[in-house]
Amino acid sequence: MATQTPIAISKGDTALSRRLFFDAVQDWLTTVDHKKIGIMYIVYALLFLVVGGFEALLIRIQLAIPNNTFVSPQAFNRLFTMHGTTMVFFVGMPILFGFGNYLIPLMIGARDMAFPRLNSFSFWISAFGGVLLYFSYLGGDGLYGAGSAPDVGWFAYAPLTARIFSPGHSTDYWTLALLLSGVGSIGTALNIVATIICMRCPGMRLNRMPLLPWLYLVTSVMVFVAVSPLTAAQIMLMLDRYVGSHFFDTQAGGSAVLWMHFFWIFGHPEVYILVLPAFAFANEIIPVFSRKAIFGYPAMVAASVGIGFISLSVWAHHMFTVGLGPYGNTFFAFATMIIAVPTGIKIFNWLATLWGGKIQFTVPMMFAVAFLFQFLIAGLTGIMLSIVPFDWQLGNSYFVVAHFHYVLVGAILYMIFSAFYFWYPKMTGRMLNVALGKWHFWLFLIGFHLTFDFMHIPGILGMPRRIYTYEADRGWGTLNMIVSIGAIFQAVATLIFVYNLVSSYFKGEVAGADPWDAWTLEWSTTSPPPGYNFAITPTVESRRPLWDLKHPEDPDSNYEE
Amino acid sequence: MFACQISLSVASAVQSVSGQGSTSIFAPHGTPAQSIFGLSMLVLGIVTAIFLVVAGLLTYALLRYRARPTGADATQEPPQIYGSNQIELSWTVIPVLIVVILFLATTRVIFSTEKAQRPTAALDVTVIGHQFWWEYRYPKLGIVAANELHIPISDPNHPTPTYLTMTSADTDHSFWVPVLAGKMDLIPNKINTMWVDPQASGLYLGQCAQYCGTQHAKMLLRVYADTPAQFALWVASQQKPAVTGFSNSDAAAGEAVFQHNACISCHTVAGTVATGRFGPDLTHVGSRDTIASGAVPNTPANIRTFVDDPAHFKPGALMPPMHLNDHDLDLVTAYLTSLK
Repeated sequence: MATQTPIAISKGDTALSRRLFFDAVQDWLTTVDHKKIGIMYIVYALLFLVVGGFEALLIRIQLAIPNNTFVSPQAFNRLFTMHGTTMVFFVGMPILFGFGNYLIPLMIGARDMAFPRLNSFSFWISAFGGVLLYFSYLGGDGLYGAGSAPDVGWFAYAPLTARIFSPGHSTDYWTLALLLSGVGSIGTALNIVATIICMRCPGMRLNRMPLLPWLYLVTSVMVFVAVSPLTAAQIMLMLDRYVGSHFFDTQAGGSAVLWMHFFWIFGHPEVYILVLPAFAFANEIIPVFSRKAIFGYPAMVAASVGIGFISLSVWAHHMFTVGLGPYGNTFFAFATMIIAVPTGIKIFNWLATLWGGKIQFTVPMMFAVAFLFQFLIAGLTGIMLSIVPFDWQLGNSYFVVAHFHYVLVGAILYMIFSAFYFWYPKMTGRMLNVALGKWHFWLFLIGFHLTFDFMHIPGILGMPRRIYTYEADRGWGTLNMIVSIGAIFQAVATLIFVYNLVSSYFKGEVAGADPWDAWTLEWSTTSPPPGYNFAITPTVESRRPLWDLKHPEDPDSNYEE
Repeated sequence: MFACQISLSVASAVQSVSGQGSTSIFAPHGTPAQSIFGLSMLVLGIVTAIFLVVAGLLTYALLRYRARPTGADATQEPPQIYGSNQIELSWTVIPVLIVVILFLATTRVIFSTEKAQRPTAALDVTVIGHQFWWEYRYPKLGIVAANELHIPISDPNHPTPTYLTMTSADTDHSFWVPVLAGKMDLIPNKINTMWVDPQASGLYLGQCAQYCGTQHAKMLLRVYADTPAQFALWVASQQKPAVTGFSNSDAAAGEAVFQHNACISCHTVAGTVATGRFGPDLTHVGSRDTIASGAVPNTPANIRTFVDDPAHFKPGALMPPMHLNDHDLDLVTAYLTSLK
């Protein structure tokens, strides 16, 4: 990387400053540095988080009162499709890959990812996918003069995607956007696996590797297995729509259920692909602020690998009402329930890490604590949904919507916020403002619980998901109003967070290399790290190399096998 | 303010649980819904217990082990504990045991519902989902109805459940009347079955639970559980051919308008030239309580508005606006309302 040469800029020398500006832009556009790509992933995901959140707000305004006419049914259907697709593919995936890209080489003592150019390619192709998805608002009507943004739902069940039910190009934009994002995801996953396998610094055996790279390794392998069927299904759908094949075209004998299998063999591992990095953040942040080593490191690794394997055989729990028959339902119920065991092990190990520690309630730790409680609840409602007959009632109702938002927001987004407060100093060299961070935390907490606690109840009272309005006599009105009020709290909190990110970049307290007194390698280099990360390749003798440095009288290496 | 809203919403939830027309899954009115309800209570009990234990321990740990800024050892790191195989084993085995209990209870209800012995007196109804309405065919009774499903109540001593054979004409749909049973999807090229056996007469509500297109929200379900006498009466009335030879001249003129417009290419009125299959059967449309799949009450004014512009009540409905003049609209309305 080009090192920054200090140049004295005289006021009024606009030609020079403009050239410096274009140099900087060119540097970012052409960079292959894992840290810059990581930050670009994160910024890109944050932009889409704001867009997807805005869509959620519009949805909540429409549903606040029965028989509302704030948006048309057609517009509403586009909103929930775009909200789901955006949040999963263009917020969740890129933000987690962004943190992975930034942190993994630093944590394993490497100077970059294994394939820097592939890294850059993966980012830009995913980014293009997101832009293409939103271009559908302009280009969706194509030559047919019908259609706009996709309106088939984020799981786009066949045969609603067939040309007869979805004329115009809206579904094509969805298909191509996901195809591109999938190619990018597989590229990055490949890169992460290669980096972790091949680029660890001397002394870092797999059983000394921090848990964050371990979990990213599991997640990346899952990306190979899960994203490939989705990509294949998108190609089959394109063939159905334009070449006249009949994979999913039921009017010509195709199978709607086949699409469901293809989608959910991707879709359920995807949930774990998103949640494992969140666990990874918790594995790094909770020990630091408990001032203790993670409890049960081997069990944590085993549980993560176990979750990775089992999550590949649970997909049909999305299909309990499809008519799989009693034997199929029983198998998938068992697989789904048993995944609660490794997940439980993780929660118990975090609990044991807190136990006996000296817990510091910093802003990242506040988010991590909320994550623990909320993930517990999300897991328990997940168990309720794995009980097949219970799912016959709850499936596709607002209870399910509340459950998976508890996972995606209450667990994953909370740990992403926590990770921001924790690693922002490393990435920028400046601390995030604590007062604003607490405002963000408490407002978001209030909003989250108003929205997603109360969202369970309309589901129990019979409210299906994806309806643009509902009857006034069903008794769902008050509950939906509360849910919508919570959304406003979350929106305000998110704006505070974004403001904090921007203002602290310029005015934040200078962080120093190791503001949290932490133990992994990324804290041993400057904040932000130089282009080459480490002047001297580090050598490690335990899972917590900085603990060993700070406590030479009692290093971890005395206790690890 | 929130506490007030919460108590209000809980109160309204409880009220709707006890009343007819409820859509709460905790107000079961038939065997499948009741067995699900029993299982749900067991599961709720177990997960609540788990929550209390784990959340309690977490809260205790957070309070007990919070860092204290003062004290002799304030700057010292706490003792480092790396793990314990015995403890790991215990919190692996106990969840496994809980899973086994849940799994056995689940399997029992799956099989008792999906593999239930079918009584000989069971009634067969074929349910076909359409964008965005329900078609009900009674093959043994020769009845074709739409949007309002009439079934007999089932006496536990002489069970007369209704078996629904389900498929779809277009996209995926799902049949969900929460107080009677769990939902079952209607999928094109696939036959699913489910059964219901309400034991009290009355109207049971629900709606489509699988996103099926623009008007998914207004694809409402109405199930009328009739006493045997009521049901026999309903069957007899539905088996009659459509009313013809009107004494009312408006209705007779309306019949002519109906038959000379595109109406007949999508709608059937049994015994007339109207034999379309794309839209709901209108042979006895006047006898129904609602139109547009439960979206609005069946009144002459609503019929007139719907025929004039279906998108007024259901934007995205597949029926096109008929562009009739006011006079013809009045006549067609008179005709449709008299199709009792």
